[in-house]
Amino acid sequence: MENKEAIAEAIQVGWLWLIPAFPLLGSALNVAFGPRLQKQYGKRANHAIAIGAMVLSCIVAEVAFWKMVAAEPGHRFFEDHLWTMLQSGALKVDLSFGLDPLGMLMTMIVTHVATLIHVYSTGYMADEPAYWRFFMWLNLFVFSMLLLVMGSNFVVMFFGWEGVGLCSYGLIGFWYEDVEKAKAAMKAFVVNRFGDFGFVIGLFVLFWSLSGGWDVQTNRYIPERGLAGAVMGGVPSQPRVSPSGVALGPTMEFRELRNQISDESSGMAERLHEMTFWGIPVLAFICIGFFIGAAGKSAQLPLYVWLPDAMAGPTPVSALIHAATMVTAGVYMVARLNFLFAMSPIAMTVVAVVGCLTALFAASIGFFQYDIKKVLAYSTVSQLGFMFIGVGVGAYWAGVFHLMTHAFFKACLFLGSGSVILACHHEQDMRKMGGLREYTPITRWTYFAACLAIAGFPVASGFYSKDEILWKAFTARGLAAPWIGPAIWLVGTLAALGTSFYMFRSYFMTFTGTYRGGHGHEDKERLEDPHAMAAHAHAAAADEAHGHDAAAAQAVAAAAPHQHDTSHGAAPAHDDHADHGHHGGVPQESPRSMTWVLIALASAAVLAGFVFGWPSAWAGHEPLLERWLSPSLPAAEKVPFAEFSHGTELLFQFIGGIVVAGGGCGLAYLLYNDNRSTVPARLKEMFPRAWGVVFNKYYVDELYQATVVRGSLFVSRAFYWIDQNLIDALVNFMGLLGRAVAYVDAAIDKYLVDGAVNGLASLTWNSGRTLRRVQTGHIQTYLFGALGGAIVFVILQYVIR
Amino acid sequence: MTSIGLPHFLIVGAALFSLGMVTVVTRRNAVGILMGVELILNAANVNFIAFNHYVDGPGKLTGQVFSIFVIVLAAAEAAIGLAIVLAIYQTFKTIDVQETDLLRQ
Repeated sequence: MENKEAIAEAIQVGWLWLIPAFPLLGSALNVAFGPRLQKQYGKRANHAIAIGAMVLSCIVAEVAFWKMVAAEPGHRFFEDHLWTMLQSGALKVDLSFGLDPLGMLMTMIVTHVATLIHVYSTGYMADEPAYWRFFMWLNLFVFSMLLLVMGSNFVVMFFGWEGVGLCSYGLIGFWYEDVEKAKAAMKAFVVNRFGDFGFVIGLFVLFWSLSGGWDVQTNRYIPERGLAGAVMGGVPSQPRVSPSGVALGPTMEFRELRNQISDESSGMAERLHEMTFWGIPVLAFICIGFFIGAAGKSAQLPLYVWLPDAMAGPTPVSALIHAATMVTAGVYMVARLNFLFAMSPIAMTVVAVVGCLTALFAASIGFFQYDIKKVLAYSTVSQLGFMFIGVGVGAYWAGVFHLMTHAFFKACLFLGSGSVILACHHEQDMRKMGGLREYTPITRWTYFAACLAIAGFPVASGFYSKDEILWKAFTARGLAAPWIGPAIWLVGTLAALGTSFYMFRSYFMTFTGTYRGGHGHEDKERLEDPHAMAAHAHAAAADEAHGHDAAAAQAVAAAAPHQHDTSHGAAPAHDDHADHGHHGGVPQESPRSMTWVLIALASAAVLAGFVFGWPSAWAGHEPLLERWLSPSLPAAEKVPFAEFSHGTELLFQFIGGIVVAGGGCGLAYLLYNDNRSTVPARLKEMFPRAWGVVFNKYYVDELYQATVVRGSLFVSRAFYWIDQNLIDALVNFMGLLGRAVAYVDAAIDKYLVDGAVNGLASLTWNSGRTLRRVQTGHIQTYLFGALGGAIVFVILQYVIR
Repeated sequence: MTSIGLPHFLIVGAALFSLGMVTVVTRRNAVGILMGVELILNAANVNFIAFNHYVDGPGKLTGQVFSIFVIVLAAAEAAIGLAIVLAIYQTFKTIDVQETDLLRQ
């Protein structure tokens, strides 16, 4: 009866749709009435709608969560089927939501972190004229993200997948007047499209490979030959059922797919193992297709380039979309499809290797960035790499665990950086910060806590998740070759070292030493948008030019706020935030709406690890989160891991937690604390070329510019030429031909047809004119005629006879 | 001396007819035309009488009856014809048939 356990039966509930419906409603309200409400009642009205929607959504999610906790572990599958959107042959697409422990976890993260960030945004965006638009996008994003997370089938998930892409586009380009930001938005959208292509291809092939017919002799479900199989499918009225009662055939539903594969009596797993698609094992093909989609959304090599540029968006957006939720969608998808990925060692290896390479690659770029948000962006890319290591080697719960802890600490870091940026008058260059611990104590401590978490010190959450991932990578034996696991561990450990280094570098550069900030708010003001993201080139130049005349600037700074307000027409926005030090000369702590959120996230970042991930080497039983997720991860038990003693595991935890995190932190302390050390500058002078390569992000953007962008431009130009010269020529030739035919036809018409018509008319006309003379009106003439006729007949009478 | 036979009457009739015909065709005076018509009718009467006498035999009266009909008709015709001529005169102030060519229209 092992099979029975593998089959997931869903409990039907009728209210799951409420969770995404509230944000959608909030978004709709803000889009319909937002501008009017903002004008009439101030910005309070806008964020009241948005936050209210989020809170309601949170409450429903909480209810769902506690109901799920109350249910038996094997029955933790809630489904809410709304209606069937599409039915065509074997394809049946429902609008339905499903929650299993994994989806529940994601839903809780999304709703709760999003609510916190909504609250934070009321402080951060207080000066924004298009306040309603921001909250509209934010709510719409949460709606799409919940569709992605809660969709019980691929189509609803893909709907959300595209929806979050759209909202990401709208929010990165929120300040679209700035061409750079609009470009960044476009880049994010286009790069994601490459990934989505892989997703869709994977989905098509999966659907195709599931179709088949029932073989009565062997009592097995056998694959359909040819590509048409997926279209025709089985007969829908006669569902194929495996011996243990699982419906077989092409499906879009995650749960049905999971059951088909998990149920051994269906033979589905073996069949998929044997199938090939154009000579490639079909499982590897499907999984790598899905992984390309995941790599696009989750910013993995080689599709990571959009995420650093996405920092052009407002900081709360970076925290919510580009750190905590949307970018983890790829990890979520791989974890959701664990039963598929676990069957293909090739795909697992690809996922894990790409993850670990991305982790190291992005971490190394993070070393020398000066823009605080860029550091965090590369850090996000790197951490996502860690998550992919986790889900790649088969430690699905560890990847998801890191996803969760990352959501907390990275959101905290981003919001902390937002607070710093606000304190420094929209300065993002860390060279112009420093010493902020005196001015912004709350931000400093929360940032510090989040740094500890991400670096993986053994108190904070990052330690548990990252070390679990690396340990699982070291012991992984389910990959294409046994040595790959330890190799991934090595690279991942190096990346973890880098993580610790660059995070503490950013901490020391920002919060220690003395405040280096030019008070040059007013001269940047004219150059670019007040919310400008780094543009380090300008910043560097501005540093040289204005960094020193602090005394002069101090005097001007007093006048700055008024300039700012009038120039942006946002005066009414200041009703309740006028005193948050936004525009003063000296950095000040952010308003309470922001600091409370920071504290909440920092405590979650520190505590989540204890609560959810207490390692089994310490406690003797599996961690809480692993137990919670296990119904969603049927494949977790099938992936083989090497057995080591607890002592070895503790040694590795020591290496990861103390040596690596402490080493990175210590190095950063030596080089950057109080900004006294001259070593970084000297190193930079010693190896200018190497420094340049890393600072310029390995010229990957330039490489893409030279290959993909130029390539597609070239192709488009080539097609333009073909269009202009070949296709148009053909079209023109056809036109000419048509004209010639028409000319001949016109001639025929004109001279032959019209000639005949006119000829007949003129004949009648002329003969009529001639014959008219006969009718004289004189009786005698007629009589002459009659007489003449009679005489003629008489003569004829004689002649003929 | 040969006795007078049918051909003589027919010659007289033909002569009368020809004279009448010529009168009808050539006269410009409408009254003259009516008179020509009288001649033609009488030529026909001569023929009726002559054929009746020589072909049917003296005892029969068919030809005579026809002739009397024709005479009566000729009288009626003359009355109507003269009335038309009067109407023509009132319309055209002439009875010259060359002038009255309204029929052409």
